[in-house]
Amino acid sequence: MQLGRRLFLKGGVAVAALLALPRALLASAWPEPAFASKAASNALTELYGTDQTTPSSAISLGAPEIAENGAVVPISVETSLENVQSVSIVVEKNPRPLAVSFENPPGTLPDVACRIKMGQTSPVMAVVKTDSGLFSVSKEVKVTIGGCGG
Amino acid sequence: MASKIKVRVKLKGDVAEVKTLMMHPMETGARKDPDSGATIPAHHITELTFRNNDTQVMTVHCSTAVSRDPYFSFSYGGAKAGDTLSVSWVDNTGGTDSVETVLS
Repeated sequence: MQLGRRLFLKGGVAVAALLALPRALLASAWPEPAFASKAASNALTELYGTDQTTPSSAISLGAPEIAENGAVVPISVETSLENVQSVSIVVEKNPRPLAVSFENPPGTLPDVACRIKMGQTSPVMAVVKTDSGLFSVSKEVKVTIGGCGG
Repeated sequence: MASKIKVRVKLKGDVAEVKTLMMHPMETGARKDPDSGATIPAHHITELTFRNNDTQVMTVHCSTAVSRDPYFSFSYGGAKAGDTLSVSWVDNTGGTDSVETVLS
């Protein structure tokens, strides 16, 4: 009886470990609370556990000074920081500030670009997560025509 | 259905520069139909995954704030000619699309 219980427990632990493994490896569930957050600091806290970022001149954020069309704003982020794990783009005055989040496995270069929508003129923040913390750089982008519909 | 993802990869040594463009409406859920006035429900890509052979090289999580017909670019190391890069996305309604390309 005792032996049976031991075996059962061990089996349970093994199964739980197997189930947990792919999740940990991929870490790829869509972080809905972060994307649903209506304030930039909440979004960062949901995504990274803290909204405290260190301003860094090692990050270069490519964004236009004036975006004529808020529906298509080209953004690029490049950094010389090492061991980058994640890069996120946060538009502070968008209804949902977290626009996009890149998960960089080791070997992938911290050099990304995409196109996002902006509802109105707002600071755009690039947040870079490395193994030594969160770093950020911010830039004001003026929007002539908003791109969030309505 | 043919894939609506376009991928261009440039190999520079062992670094692959990936540029990709995909067709997707990326509805925010805030827009209204101009005729009926009904709100158009949100319809956007949530997750985009890139694999080199079987190694995950990039995951992108998207909100509705990514532009219509999204464009992404990034680079990764450890690539060589003959490797297969696969790109796939899923959206919030369960739709998916994927494409594979061989590096050269």
